Amino acid sequence: MKNNKKKLSDSNLLLTITVVIFFVMYIGAILFLKGGFLRPQAFLNMLNSNACLIILSCGMSLVMITGGIDISLGGQMALISMCCAVYLDEMGGNVFVSILIALAIGMAFGAFIGYLVAYLDIQPFIVSLAGMFFARGMTTIVRTAPFNVANEAFTALKRTRIIIPGLGSVNRKGIYVDAYIEIGVIVALLVVVLMFILLKWTKLGRSFYAVGGNKQSALMLGINVKRTKFLAHLLCGLLAGIGGYVLFLNHGNGSVSNGAGMEMDAIASSIIGGTLLTGGVGNIIGTFFGVLSLGTIQNIVSSAGFDEAWWIGITTAAMLCLFLVIQSIVLSRKKSS
Amino acid sequence: MNEKSVLEMRGIFKSFPGVRALQNVDFTLCEGEIHALMGENGAGKSTLIKVLTGVYEKDEGHIFLKGMDKEAVIRSPQDAQKLGISTVYQEITLCPNLTVAENMYIGRGKGALQNWKKMNADADKILQSLDIPAKSTQQLSSCSIAIQQMVAIARAVDMDCKVLILDEPTSSLDEQEVEKLFGLMRDLKAKGVGIIFVTHFLDQVYEVCDKITVLRDGKLVGEYEIENLPRVQLVAKMLGKELDDMADIRSDSDVYAEKDDSAPVFEAQGLQSNAGIKPFDFYIKKGEVNGFTGLLGSGRSECVRAIFGADKVIGGTVKKNGKQVKISKPIDAMKNGIAYLPEDRKVDGIVGDLSVRDNIVLALQVLQGFFKPFSKAKMYEFADEYIKLLEIKTASADTPIKSLSGGNQQKVILARWLLMHPEYLILDEPTRGIDIGTKIEIQKLVLKLASEGMSVTFISSETDEMLRTCSRLVVMRDRKVVGELSGSDLTQNKIMSTIAGGEANE
Repeated sequence: MKNNKKKLSDSNLLLTITVVIFFVMYIGAILFLKGGFLRPQAFLNMLNSNACLIILSCGMSLVMITGGIDISLGGQMALISMCCAVYLDEMGGNVFVSILIALAIGMAFGAFIGYLVAYLDIQPFIVSLAGMFFARGMTTIVRTAPFNVANEAFTALKRTRIIIPGLGSVNRKGIYVDAYIEIGVIVALLVVVLMFILLKWTKLGRSFYAVGGNKQSALMLGINVKRTKFLAHLLCGLLAGIGGYVLFLNHGNGSVSNGAGMEMDAIASSIIGGTLLTGGVGNIIGTFFGVLSLGTIQNIVSSAGFDEAWWIGITTAAMLCLFLVIQSIVLSRKKSS
Repeated sequence: MNEKSVLEMRGIFKSFPGVRALQNVDFTLCEGEIHALMGENGAGKSTLIKVLTGVYEKDEGHIFLKGMDKEAVIRSPQDAQKLGISTVYQEITLCPNLTVAENMYIGRGKGALQNWKKMNADADKILQSLDIPAKSTQQLSSCSIAIQQMVAIARAVDMDCKVLILDEPTSSLDEQEVEKLFGLMRDLKAKGVGIIFVTHFLDQVYEVCDKITVLRDGKLVGEYEIENLPRVQLVAKMLGKELDDMADIRSDSDVYAEKDDSAPVFEAQGLQSNAGIKPFDFYIKKGEVNGFTGLLGSGRSECVRAIFGADKVIGGTVKKNGKQVKISKPIDAMKNGIAYLPEDRKVDGIVGDLSVRDNIVLALQVLQGFFKPFSKAKMYEFADEYIKLLEIKTASADTPIKSLSGGNQQKVILARWLLMHPEYLILDEPTRGIDIGTKIEIQKLVLKLASEGMSVTFISSETDEMLRTCSRLVVMRDRKVVGELSGSDLTQNKIMSTIAGGEANE
């Protein structure tokens, strides 16, 4: 054996890059932008507003690791929140059932897209594009105008805050305010942990990587490629259902514009987190940090006074490019060494 | 079913649209036997293997395995794996993004959880016992191709297989690695595993195998004990020529008088490319037709690709009329008057959506430079001239080339190169897949061009064709030039014995 040093696998290498860049960025923000970023609540707010994106990105990463993609996620967000809103507000339904509705819609999408992709061998991009149009269209059929949900049990759940002791701070008026997270964050963190375990310690998780690495080889190695792809999409659908409800809980309304462009943010987060579009490489922890990096850069841009949406778009684009360039340099260096 | 056999395949048929890939093929594999499966390109070896491993489903026929009362049903690679049939393919069928250990164990075993510790320990044990220099936790893509191949074999070995299929496993291995592999194969043989060995290296067959089954054109030629089948017979069976009726069919041999005194037009010394051929010397004289012959994979095409600069040249010199020239890219070769008609016209030759006219003018245009386009009238003039000369059957010069038949596509590409008026024309399998009439036309054309002073290198899998057109043959075996035949040596028998090598005069 020539090289006794333990080499990092591609997935772990990209994860390390992402984590390092995130911390450099966040510490930079603390140092140069002062105030805001030092407060723990600033970080927690980022989690609060991105809980849904974290969940969606996990689903997106699963699918991308198998070599696929699902761009219907944003559309599903709108449909799920609209359906739940109508159910709770007008039919006076209960919260538990509304959660089931969200999961059912997500899984139905996942199963349908998964079936077409896995068993009929249609390009995932095209299938999920159709799914996106369908979801957006259906949302408009259910209700065109946005409206807030007034259901009591739901608003109680929406207002529930989990206080984190010791991290509070004193506001401008001199009153001590507790630091808090919303329920969605707990769900999101749970999803991250579960998906991490799935990908690392289950045979199903490993076959996601195998299928994404080389479909033909995976088949020859005795993996049921079609079923594996189907399950990846089904899981992604389940996560879309969960994420959809978390988004609904955060926004508290039904609106056609809910989740607009979110599928792209999920793809961007996965890529920043080290998931390769070509499949076979990726890591859920990386995806988590991918979302945080995206959130941080957006916070930096807006607190630096560039509040317009296009500034955020431009910086996100720049960051994506930066990550892609770093990834390709590191991977090609590794290959040649 | 025979008592000793572990696998019997009876009356296997398999068709693809337009091709009958397997017709009534039988195959028997015994316990503790290394059985070579031989045949030229398109003989049906791969199809037979893929039927056995469940990649293709057979149209008709029966497969029996030892210890099973009923016929074996194999519909997928998983089925084959469960029945104890393991396969190591020529191209690595592992996942480069996973670790070595994962590649050995994924897709097997029960339970939903992945026990990394146990898996890595097991993998390391096997790797050590097989003396494979890889670590279980290494990512597969960081291993060399040879080691990846060994990992694939380690996986197969660990599966306790009854039938092990090695489909050209040695093509990416060096000699020492091949020796190691053979050692492994003999160990497994002693344990009673039946091994099917597919290779095109004759030496390797005679080194390890017990039996040989030969296929040709999708049909079974026969099964032979290795000691009863000398090399030259094996080659004859693979090529489909009986040794006895090898009358010299070269009738008009006196057309090419030997031009011994003239100096070669092109000359190569110690030429070597990155495609894995051994360095070779080569020359061709004005108005001469010569050929490269050898079995599939012997390096025929690689030689001419090196001369044309289509593969990266890593050593040797090329001289034109005694002066050294540098040919590192196809464009250099074209500028020096060399034209090359590639083996696979679909991949290397035609531009399917362009018209016949555009395809004909393409190479000349490249040579002239893209900023000096020919006028339309000029292009039609060129195109019409060659459509007439080569009798290309096309509706007009504007027809897209992809709507032409294979033979006519080939003629268009030929026209493309003739338009450049090359001094030296290389034709790699110009007659493959085209009808017999067009074949003869092309052969005649080659002779006509030569009589007009063009030097031509002609490569074909059909020895008849080579004998009819070439005045000198370079013979290749295992990526090495092993002989040169000319004059009265140009007979089927002589060619085959040179290809077979070893006990040539048997």
